[in-house]
Amino acid sequence: MINFQYSRASDVADAILLLTAHPGAKLIAGGTNLIDLMKENVEEPSRLIDISRLPLRKIEETADGGLRVGALVPNSDLAYDPLIEQRYPLLASAILAGASAQLRNMASVGGNLMQRTRCAYFYDTATPCNKRHPGSGCSAIEGLNRNHAILGTSASCIATNPSDMSVALAALGALVHIAGPSGEHTMALTDFHRLPGDTPHVDTNLGAGEIITAIELPPRGFAHNYSYLKIRDRLSYAFALVSVAAALELDGNAIREARVALGGVAHKPWRSLEAETALRGQAATIEHFSHAADLLLQGARAYAHNGFKVELARRAIVRTLMQAASATPQSQTHKKIA
Amino acid sequence: MADAANQIPNRIPTNLVVNGVRRTLDLMPWTTLLDALRDHLELIGTKKGCDHGQCGACTVLVDGRRVNSCLTLAVMMDGAEITTVEGLARDGALHPLQQAFIDHDAFQCGYCTPGQICSAVGLLAEGRARDADEIRELMSGNLCRCGAYPHIVAAIQQVMGRP
Repeated sequence: MINFQYSRASDVADAILLLTAHPGAKLIAGGTNLIDLMKENVEEPSRLIDISRLPLRKIEETADGGLRVGALVPNSDLAYDPLIEQRYPLLASAILAGASAQLRNMASVGGNLMQRTRCAYFYDTATPCNKRHPGSGCSAIEGLNRNHAILGTSASCIATNPSDMSVALAALGALVHIAGPSGEHTMALTDFHRLPGDTPHVDTNLGAGEIITAIELPPRGFAHNYSYLKIRDRLSYAFALVSVAAALELDGNAIREARVALGGVAHKPWRSLEAETALRGQAATIEHFSHAADLLLQGARAYAHNGFKVELARRAIVRTLMQAASATPQSQTHKKIA
Repeated sequence: MADAANQIPNRIPTNLVVNGVRRTLDLMPWTTLLDALRDHLELIGTKKGCDHGQCGACTVLVDGRRVNSCLTLAVMMDGAEITTVEGLARDGALHPLQQAFIDHDAFQCGYCTPGQICSAVGLLAEGRARDADEIRELMSGNLCRCGAYPHIVAAIQQVMGRP
């Protein structure tokens, strides 16, 4: 770890001022990803601005019947919040599928959105990586890319976004509340993370000097017909090879509304409006779910070691939608896939 | 003003209540809670395994919640109450989880054990685990390379008082 300065922000405005005054600075809350990356010399901030004491820890009802979740709410507190468990169980399930109990106790909601890829080459400072060193090249495209992306990749980067929480938030249509030097604004979560293109070093659309203040959940929680299925190399405490967040609103067996988001396959949570539109008005059957899976995976491109992900994702999408349709969501404790 | 490269920061006075005792340390900002405990307070019960939040050997309780001390900056914990494995026994009597780990032979080399026990204290306080599967899932942040998992689960079940 390199030397760095430390300051404690007194409020959100102070955090923005400090960020603007110190271009090499980074915000720290839970620190679970940032400190790890600093130990690896992947992140080398000149200063850490401690925002962990800011008053951004509330979960509040919004006027339209949704929830506003402060950016500093720990992941575990969010997953176990009674309102989240009752109204947004898809989100609770996805959070509990990720990391460990200790890390969920530490990690903030805002930090979860800001976590960086676990691509091994991004972590290995001895190898080229366009995300770590723009223009140096991508070691994964011709390297060991079993864990890498199959959708939305570029010639510069095939890294994946590692978050489980973001996959559920994408399916739920969450908004990100942001404060910065020019005021406050909101952004759809699906617009928050970026595809790599030729600027893979820029993970998100958060602007210079900006800070996430909250996540907003729209009123529709899909609390009856949902499932989060995470496929990984061990049963717990591992990143997804493929994960699927599925949420349905049914009228009998007819699909009124459908949401599907994928994790572990792209640089951002992956949704297909075409697939969701195709499901609306159809019967909740394997045939229609298979068609939606085809649409979601349109344009998928495999590399030397991750070809299995295309078929794995296809089957996981169908299975997760069937779990959602039958109101038998995947348990994050009892790991047998029903 | 932008930060100058290689400028050495000042030490930061940091108050911690460790196992019930108030301690004041002057720390560099990069000192982890793990290093503060082991190297500054000589509380070496908390172990450094991977130092990257992947093994759980460094688990301690901060204000009653289990965390990885290797990924925690000590200066950010100013004012917090820290409990390590050294702080679990009361009046010479082992914590029930410590006793249960002995009763069930829930370790072999013992290196992961302080983290396992602190994590299990946090698990019981959270109240989310009701059966063996839930214990296994919610203890997955603590690795045991000797493979004592079945005995660790049995020890925790003993203290939970449930099969």
